[in-house]
Amino acid sequence: MSADFTGGAEQDLAARTVELVRRAAGPAAQAEVFTDRVAQALTRFANSAIHQNVADTTVTVRLRLHLDGRTVTGSTTVVDEAGLRGLVDRVIAAVRVCPPDPGWPGLTPPAPITAPGRWDEATADASADDRAARVRAFVDAAGGLETAGYCRTRNWSAAFVNSAGQAVTGRTVATAMDGVARGGGADGVARLASGRLADIDGAVLGARAAAKARAGVDPVELPPDRYEVVLEPTAVADVLHNLALWGFNGRMVGERRSFAEPGKPQFDPAITLVDDAAGGLGLPFDFEGTPRTALTLVDAGRTTAVTHDRRTAAGAGTTSTGHAPPADNPWGPAPSNLGLVPAPGPGSAPAEVSGPAVDADTADLVSRVERGLLITDFWYTRVLDPRSLVMTGLTRNGVWLIEDGAVVGPVRNLRFTQSYPQALAPGAVLGLGRRATLLPDSWNPSTWSAPAVRLASWNFTGGASG
Amino acid sequence: MTHFDAATAAVQAALDAGARYADARVMHRRHESMSARNGEVERLGQSEDAGIGVRALVGSSWGFYAVPELSDAAARAAGARATEIAAASATVPGRDSGLIPVDGRSGSWASPCEIDPLSVALTDKGDLLVRATETMRANGADLAEADYQIWDTAKWFVSSEGHRVDQRVRECGGGIRATAIGADETQRRSYPSSSGHYGTQGWELVGALDFDAHAARIAQEARELLTAPQCPAGETTLILGGEQMALQIHESVGHAIELDRILGWEAAFAGTSWLDLGQLGSLRYGSELMNVTIDPTIAGALGSFGFDDEGTPAARRDAVREGRWVGVLAGRDSAAVAGLDYAGSVRADGWSRLPMVRMTNVGLEPGPHTLEEMIAATDDGVLMDVNRSWSIDDQRLNFQFGCEIGWEIKKGRRGRMLRNPTYTGIGPLFWRSMDMLSSETFPWGTPDCGKGQPGQVGHTGHPAAPARFTGVRIGVRG
Repeated sequence: MSADFTGGAEQDLAARTVELVRRAAGPAAQAEVFTDRVAQALTRFANSAIHQNVADTTVTVRLRLHLDGRTVTGSTTVVDEAGLRGLVDRVIAAVRVCPPDPGWPGLTPPAPITAPGRWDEATADASADDRAARVRAFVDAAGGLETAGYCRTRNWSAAFVNSAGQAVTGRTVATAMDGVARGGGADGVARLASGRLADIDGAVLGARAAAKARAGVDPVELPPDRYEVVLEPTAVADVLHNLALWGFNGRMVGERRSFAEPGKPQFDPAITLVDDAAGGLGLPFDFEGTPRTALTLVDAGRTTAVTHDRRTAAGAGTTSTGHAPPADNPWGPAPSNLGLVPAPGPGSAPAEVSGPAVDADTADLVSRVERGLLITDFWYTRVLDPRSLVMTGLTRNGVWLIEDGAVVGPVRNLRFTQSYPQALAPGAVLGLGRRATLLPDSWNPSTWSAPAVRLASWNFTGGASG
Repeated sequence: MTHFDAATAAVQAALDAGARYADARVMHRRHESMSARNGEVERLGQSEDAGIGVRALVGSSWGFYAVPELSDAAARAAGARATEIAAASATVPGRDSGLIPVDGRSGSWASPCEIDPLSVALTDKGDLLVRATETMRANGADLAEADYQIWDTAKWFVSSEGHRVDQRVRECGGGIRATAIGADETQRRSYPSSSGHYGTQGWELVGALDFDAHAARIAQEARELLTAPQCPAGETTLILGGEQMALQIHESVGHAIELDRILGWEAAFAGTSWLDLGQLGSLRYGSELMNVTIDPTIAGALGSFGFDDEGTPAARRDAVREGRWVGVLAGRDSAAVAGLDYAGSVRADGWSRLPMVRMTNVGLEPGPHTLEEMIAATDDGVLMDVNRSWSIDDQRLNFQFGCEIGWEIKKGRRGRMLRNPTYTGIGPLFWRSMDMLSSETFPWGTPDCGKGQPGQVGHTGHPAAPARFTGVRIGVRG
């Protein structure tokens, strides 16, 4: 399977499409083509058995054409000669009658990428049996608890060619496992993303999830209040996701719908945020062909940058940061591989510990809390106001009361209503873990990298009774 | 080679490779979307995708494989690959399962369509959106947005049990939004709903929405909301408008009655359900005013079809009758595990995705009152409408929803506008407190329901009317 993922075929498709446009629309046409081949395979388990096992391979050609002051995008998965010609004909026909686009930012000029992307041959060639073996290990390690989750692999090769001379290719392979163990009415979770399937140990993850579930039986209900919290990396990932989507998104900033103000110390000095698609599991260029490099968005608490595509960059009088989404994505240029830099310390994996904190890094943060909550995961978080980034959502997969530096017992899930930037504001961050965990997004190829975090206050507004 | 031929070849290849059941679905979809922002068309996209997805059953284990090629060789390879994947599934097997028995069916179906939405001139569509955003800008919106989407989908389904079904479903719709930006917060008003309104209809649906008639109003309301008093906190009588009721039904009834969730198949991601199958037929879900139906036969609603993606013909079914829980959304495999005798609610969002339990049109039957009668009958309460935020726990019990706009109700009259209205509750307790229900129903269509891994986006319909609830906690703030 991996032999198909060199990027060469995608580059040929992209170049042929640009040439078709040139022949049909003439040299004045500004065309860009992003072509990718994605093979994803996902083995899903529930009730401790594989209940869904899927795979697909899709090649997509995306054409954006600017002609006579007007812009149209089109895409197709029908990539034979007739399919490509049909795509080009449709887009040219549409661009001649669509309304003007005075904000067209022009094509990306030629620029080399700095790295071709991460690739692991063994992961790219992984079979359904390889994924099933990890599921088997997860189920066995849960020791009789009911389990559910998935193990997936995703091969992604892409090429970008435009009529201004930019031509780049890249590829990446990613894998992830995410599972819960369930027993006695309690759920525990473990999840991990990586560029190598060899890093995914179903037994380790299953044991972690089971330890959490066993420690979560017979929870008590706590009254809504502000509590000090230790957020595990799985919960921090949700914070990063929403900061990325609503906060550092150049479109939101340009429209004054974001809290982000470059140059201002908006976060605690412990907070440094870096978006790094090329160094993570993303492609080394964006959907406009702009090369990607690591971008520091917050440096020791000070907001330093926001993400742009060519259109938002033009509006802001700056240059693209390589965050253009697919042209049909209405959200704007948001970070998609955001990482919270951990506290200085050893880079090796922390030791597994018994109990719900599961690793020594998190347990160390817990040991410093006089009274607070250990939070594993957030669920169904939604924005109440994008400007202040006040979110509501619930805890999930394990909450425990901490007293005098020790976990004293499980707590029922709580609803919160909390401004995320405020939770990370100067003085609010009481500690960071020393190692970041790479976590998969549940909905798209994004990844989030986070250590555990100790925060002074989190505003819980309701308990399980409503 | 026809699309039926490709599907037949894939099914035969899966059987030849050892599957005891197989089905194949060829889909060809064209999609068009346009959006305008602050008086300019910002984005026009047209896409086409086509391919075949094959599902195979080996023992009690499933496999699925999909490719974008429709040649005989590609179809046969996909069938064989689906069977290989099913064999791998069998290494971590579950309980014996299969499919509830049905007869193989042949049939064709097409959704109603008066005006082909893909044939309407792009300039006319662009003018409609630009005009609406210009009107909103002129009436106080800092950010004015308008958009539409069109899907034109053809499907060909074949199974090893003799199904041979083709369908053409044309869907479209759109919406407009005005955002006012204040010093510390933003306020937004939308029409006709926060995500627009969609249906299995032609462009006549968009024409009937009449954006021009509502653009100025929603922009003015968004601006007014910046200085309106905050929604008070406390417990009160709550009247919800029809659009918010559609969301309430979707989140706290529709997802809760999905059989795959009840069986734990979505436990790790979308969550489970508070419902226990042992209580089907007896559980009190809500007040006696509560009658919820699962009805993919409603002409023009977004959750309508002729056959689901397992070939089961569309049929209406009760989910809640006079407040009692009586039905679920099911597929043939989940129904077999649960011991039920019906299916018909399985769909996939494309050829490369596995069909799964999905809401069709899950709607609340109307009641005897009007919205004005409910307001007149309320001494002290709040009216809220148009969803702004939605969050509910993984068992579909504890919810907190925010609306774009609220009004206080005093002595039977609608009073001041309120900003940032929110309400919270527990599903069954909330539904049991419903004491008045309007007759003013509308088949709201939402095209963006996320579920499943790999993620799928579902199109669902929700007939809903305004309703009144007592003793509801409102005004939760951060």
